[in-house]
Amino acid sequence: MNVKSAEHDEHAAGFVRRYIFSVDHKVIAKQYMALSAVMALIGGGSSYLIRWQLAWPETSIPGWGPIGPDNYNALITLHGTVMVFFVAMPFLLGGFGNYLIPLMVGADDMAFPRLNAMSFWTLFAASAVLIASFFVPNGPAAAGWTSYVPLSDKAVYTGVTWGQNLWILAVALEFASFLMGGVNFLVTGLNLRARGLTLMRLPMLVWMEMTAAVVFLLSVGPLVAGAIMLLLDRVAGTSFFQPDRGGDPILWEHLFWFFGHPEVYVVALPGFGIILEVIPVFTRKPIFGYSMIVYSTLAAGLLSFIVWAHHMFVSGMDPRLASPFSITTIMISVPFAIIVFAMIASLWKGAINLASPMLFALGGLATFIIGGVTGIFLGSAASDIYMHGTYFVVAHFHYTLFPVLFFGGFAGMYFWFPKMFGRMMNEALGKIHFWVSFIAFNGVFIPLFLVGIGGSPRRIYELSSYEMLKPLQPFHVIATVFAIILLLGQIPFIVNFFYSMVRGPVAEKNPWHANTLEWTVSSPPKHPNFSPPPRVYRDPYEYSVPGAAHDWIAQNELDQQGAQAAGR
Amino acid sequence: MSATADVTRTILPENDSIHEIAPGKIAIWWFLASEIMVFGALMGVFVLFSFSHDFAADGAHVKWRLGAFNTLVLVTSSLTMIMALASARKHNLTQTRMFLLATVLLGFVFLGVKGFEYTTEIREGFTPATGMFWSFYFGMTGLHGLHVIGGIVVNLVLLVAALSRKPWDFLERRIEFAGLYWHFVDVVWIFLFPLLYLT
Repeated sequence: MNVKSAEHDEHAAGFVRRYIFSVDHKVIAKQYMALSAVMALIGGGSSYLIRWQLAWPETSIPGWGPIGPDNYNALITLHGTVMVFFVAMPFLLGGFGNYLIPLMVGADDMAFPRLNAMSFWTLFAASAVLIASFFVPNGPAAAGWTSYVPLSDKAVYTGVTWGQNLWILAVALEFASFLMGGVNFLVTGLNLRARGLTLMRLPMLVWMEMTAAVVFLLSVGPLVAGAIMLLLDRVAGTSFFQPDRGGDPILWEHLFWFFGHPEVYVVALPGFGIILEVIPVFTRKPIFGYSMIVYSTLAAGLLSFIVWAHHMFVSGMDPRLASPFSITTIMISVPFAIIVFAMIASLWKGAINLASPMLFALGGLATFIIGGVTGIFLGSAASDIYMHGTYFVVAHFHYTLFPVLFFGGFAGMYFWFPKMFGRMMNEALGKIHFWVSFIAFNGVFIPLFLVGIGGSPRRIYELSSYEMLKPLQPFHVIATVFAIILLLGQIPFIVNFFYSMVRGPVAEKNPWHANTLEWTVSSPPKHPNFSPPPRVYRDPYEYSVPGAAHDWIAQNELDQQGAQAAGR
Repeated sequence: MSATADVTRTILPENDSIHEIAPGKIAIWWFLASEIMVFGALMGVFVLFSFSHDFAADGAHVKWRLGAFNTLVLVTSSLTMIMALASARKHNLTQTRMFLLATVLLGFVFLGVKGFEYTTEIREGFTPATGMFWSFYFGMTGLHGLHVIGGIVVNLVLLVAALSRKPWDFLERRIEFAGLYWHFVDVVWIFLFPLLYLT
C-alpha cells in the first residue's frame, strides 16, 4: 500500500473511514492523544486515591470511599502501568511523533499508513484489556507496574488470578502496537525525507523520535520473552521464575529492566525533542550544538542498553555486578548533561519570550536537572543500597518523567495547538496552568525526597503504623495537598483546550515564526500535506541570521544567490 | 549551524543513498532485529540455566531424528522460497506459484512432524510442567512454531496473489520481504535444533 492510493481511499470514503478507521497520520495522532488523555484521567485519578491514603490513612476518601490494602496495591500497579505505557508513550510517541514526523520531513503521510492505523487500534485493544482486568473475578493485577516475581508469578501471593494474565496480555498488545509504530517512525524519517533534507538538517524532534523508536525496538524483545515465560508459569505449569522448582526470580528483574531502563529514554527523548523545538523559536536563536546533541542522543541510546542492573542493586544479584553497572550508569549522565547544557546555552543571550510553550519547556528543563542530579545518588551502588527502597526513588523517578511527559508534553501541546486545530490557545489560562502545575509539582515531590532520605519505605499501604515514621507524616500531608492542587490545576488547561478549539483566534500558517516544514503548510494542514513536495535548503534553526529580511528563515526558503546557483 | 551562519546558501546535497532501499525492506529488517532480541533472550537464558541445571538427562528424551528431519524440511523450504523469488524476478508465473506452494507445503510438513513429536512426548509424560528443560523446550519450539504458522499464512496470501496474477513488481517485492522473514524463522530453528536436541 503506497501513500498515494491510501489517500485516494481516504477521499472516496465516508465518515467512518475518514474519522474513525482513518489512515491519515494527523487523524491517528489525534486519536492517540485522545486515548492518552482518557488514560491520564484514570492514571491521575489513581494518584489522588494513593496520595490521600498516604496522608490520611484508612479514612474515607472524598468522592470515593475507603480503599483497602488490596485495592491500594492494585491502584499503584494501575498508576504506573497506565502512566508509562498508556499515557507517556501514546502522547509523546503516538501523538507528537505521528503528527509531526511526516510534516517535519516534508512527507504526505507515514511510510505505512495502514500499519499506522493498525498500531493505534492495537493500542486501543490493549487499553480495553487493561480496563477489563478491573472487572474480572479476584480483581486486577496488584504486583506493581514492574510485576516482580514471585508476586506476579503465583496467584497465592496477591490473590489475583485473571487480572494478572490480562495485565500481561494488555502490556504485550501495547508492545506490539509500538513495534509497528516504531518501524513506521524509522522508515518515514529515513526514507520519506524531502529533497535536500539531509540527516543533519532534520529537526531535533525527528532525531529524538527515531532514536526512541530504535531503542524501543531493540530493548523490548527480552521483556516479550519474559512475559511469555511469566504467562507460561501462570497458565502452563512451567517454573521459569519459581526457585523451589529450579527457576530464578531475579531473572525476571533482569528481563524487565533490560527493557525498563531504555524505556525511560524512549519516553524522555521525545520530550527533550519537543523542548528543543520550542527553545529556538522563543529565543530567536539557533540551538546550541546541534550536532553534539545528535551524537549525545545516539550515545545515550547505545549506553541505555548496559545500565539496567542499577535497578537491581538490592535484588540479591551477584554483588560483583554492582560496580560495572554503577560505572555505566554514571557514564550515561554525560550525554544527558551535554544535552541539558546545550539547552541552557541555547537560552544564553537569546530574546526570550515567556509564552506558554516556552514556560513549559523551561519548567521541564529546570525540573529535569533535579531528576538528573538525584539520579547520580541512585546510580552509585553505595548510596543506592540505602535509598533504593524509599520514597527517594519515587521522587527521583517523577522528577525525570514528569519534566518530559508533563512539561515537555504540554510545551508541545501549546506550541503545536495552532497547527493541529487552526486556532490559538489563550495565553493567560496557559500561564495559570503552568505556574499552578510547576509550583504544585515541586510541592509534591520535594517532600518525598525528604521522607525518602528519612527512611520512609515505598510500596507500603499504611506508613503511620510504624513508630519511627510518624515524624515524617506531615511531609506526606504536604505532598498530598499539593497533589490535589496539581490535579485541580489541570482544569484551566481543559477549559482552554476546548474553548480555544472553537472560539480561539484563528491561527495563521506560522504564528510563532518558526522555521521547520510543518509551519509552511496551512493550519490545520490540508490533505495531502504538501503540494507540491517541498525542497529543503537550510538547517532547521536559522534564527536571527545577520543580513536576513526576517529573524527567521524557513527550511524551504531559497535566497537570491541560492536561486541563481540552482538556475531558477 | 552557528549563530553567525551566512544568509547566503548554495544548493546543498541531495538525499542520502538510503532512499534507494525500499521502505518495506527497511521495515522488515527492523522487525527482524526486534525478533532477534526475543529469541536471543530466550536462548541466552537457556544457555545460562544450562550451567546450573542438568539438561542432558531430560534432553536425552527428545526425538533428535525427527528434529534432524525437520531441520532438513525447513532448510529445503528456505531454498524453495528463494527459488520462488528467482522465478518471480524472471517473471515465470508457473514456477513462482509452484515454489510458493512447495514452501507452504514444507511448512505444513514441519508443523505436522512437530505436532507428532509433541504428542509422543506428552504421552510419555513430558509436559511443560515436568521440569526446566521441558519448560524451555515447549516454550521455545512453541514460539517458533507460531512464527512458522505466521510465515505459512503470509506465503498463502502471496500464493493467492500469484494465482490472481497481481502485477510483477507487487509480487517480487512482497516475495522478497516474506522470504527475509521465512529465512529468519529458518535460522532460529538452526539455533534451536542443536540447543534443544543435541544437549
